[in-house]
Amino acid sequence: MFEFLRDSLALADVELRKLRRDPAELATRAIQPTLWLLVFGNVFGHLRAIPSGSLSYLAFLAPGILAQSVLFIAIFYGISVIWERDLGILQKLLVSPAPRAALVFGKALSAGVRGVSQALIIYALAYFMGVELRFEAYAIAGVLASVILGAAVFSTFSLAVACIVKTRERFMGIGQVLTMPLFFASNAIYPLSVMPDWLRAVAVANPLTYQVDALRALMVVGGESAFGLGVDFGVQALVLAALVVLAARLYPNIVR
Amino acid sequence: MCHESAIGREPVSPVPSPRPNAFSDTAPAAVRAVGLTRRFGDFEAVHALALEVPVGSIFGLLGPNGAGKTTTIKMLTTMLAPTAGQAAVAGFDVVRQAVAVRRRIGYVSQMLSADGALTGAENLMLFARLYDIPAAERAARVAGALSFMGLEAARDELVRHFSGGMIRRLEIAQSMMHRPAVLFLDEPTIGLDPAARHAVWQHLRELRERFATTIVMTTHDMEEADALCETIAIMHRGATVVMGAPADLKRRIGGDATLEDVFLHFAGAGDDGAGFRDILQTRRTAKRLG
Repeated sequence: MFEFLRDSLALADVELRKLRRDPAELATRAIQPTLWLLVFGNVFGHLRAIPSGSLSYLAFLAPGILAQSVLFIAIFYGISVIWERDLGILQKLLVSPAPRAALVFGKALSAGVRGVSQALIIYALAYFMGVELRFEAYAIAGVLASVILGAAVFSTFSLAVACIVKTRERFMGIGQVLTMPLFFASNAIYPLSVMPDWLRAVAVANPLTYQVDALRALMVVGGESAFGLGVDFGVQALVLAALVVLAARLYPNIVR
Repeated sequence: MCHESAIGREPVSPVPSPRPNAFSDTAPAAVRAVGLTRRFGDFEAVHALALEVPVGSIFGLLGPNGAGKTTTIKMLTTMLAPTAGQAAVAGFDVVRQAVAVRRRIGYVSQMLSADGALTGAENLMLFARLYDIPAAERAARVAGALSFMGLEAARDELVRHFSGGMIRRLEIAQSMMHRPAVLFLDEPTIGLDPAARHAVWQHLRELRERFATTIVMTTHDMEEADALCETIAIMHRGATVVMGAPADLKRRIGGDATLEDVFLHFAGAGDDGAGFRDILQTRRTAKRLG
């Protein structure tokens, strides 16, 4: 277990160095959430079309958009493993004694780091748009944990898909197909209560729903968790553990 | 997590804790393979391969594109499970004792695989960590590896600004961080200019001198095989057709045969069994090396 964590951290550390060297990537990632909050948030806020309880629609939406932007980064993260295979980097990692699960979890943590950078951007955006944010230390810590966990879940899922499809072209196709259903079949932009039964059933099985639920309680003043934070974090942690085991088994396939 | 991590990591010590389990009791060999076979669907990439590489030697695996060299290396480095047969590297079975094998081997792939977005030192440090080199020793090990490969000046430079020859030397340093017993190189000088090629050869020779490393390499460069290898095996359509010292093989053909003549004699002239994927790979590497 110790070596698993140590090797995972070594790989995430490398990713963090690369990110610090190329912050331009982060700037382009800010565009999409800005549009969602500024355009979609404002328009639907004025329409009052979506019931958001005691929260303003913008305050309801902000955690959803944070979860969405983390999802969009994470769901395409698997392509990095295809790149690394084509460059020969992955082969060297597979020949090293690092546990396969550590190679997978290292990637998951790296995606988490990128997710945290999104949180900074969305906090700034939401703040300037007048959303009342929670700045207590434990709330911030909870948001960071939730963002890292959510990024880890979807990047590991993405990694498993990459190990199965093996080529960039097929992977991009599948990534596009997955993103929107995951996003719309969740409570990111409307509450579970307005969904038809079939959609609600899908949303309750969607890990993104639990991430949004936790973020909504921890990020904005007056926000509440529908499932309870214990359930939110527990479900995501279980899904992550299962996905890491699955992806670690699939990992060697990609160099075949 | 996965079954391999459960085995745990024994420290690299003179007395390895998992018992070496080579399936023969003859003299110790760095690599020993018997009946090694790999099929992909109907295609048999490697067929009943037998190999024996003495400890401390430089061994060359030659053959045209698609002969099964890379597949063989993948099996010996635990990346690919054999369909049939057995292989032991540094005394450990590549399937049942894969983690013990990984701890004792280094691998340099055909592609230029150092990470371009990291510096020379960072590339080495990552592998020092993954190979369990104690924290107190890592910095010295990285500095030593850089100076051994003549890369001190490029220590903090991003690898994407390196020349092809520098990248290759860095990768050899990377694969030697943990002082492996056996170093595998897949086409180590493909696409390099003559000066860089000779520098790599020189470094490989020095490496063997200094650490008694067994070197197993694939190549289809006859000059390289002649300059470096004590023993070569020529592969054709997944099997070794001949094995021996380059000089002996040349003598067998007679006259003033070159190694190229030996190659053509055994692997067949005018038969290009090159797989398309192989060619693409070679070309891509050549392009990156520019």
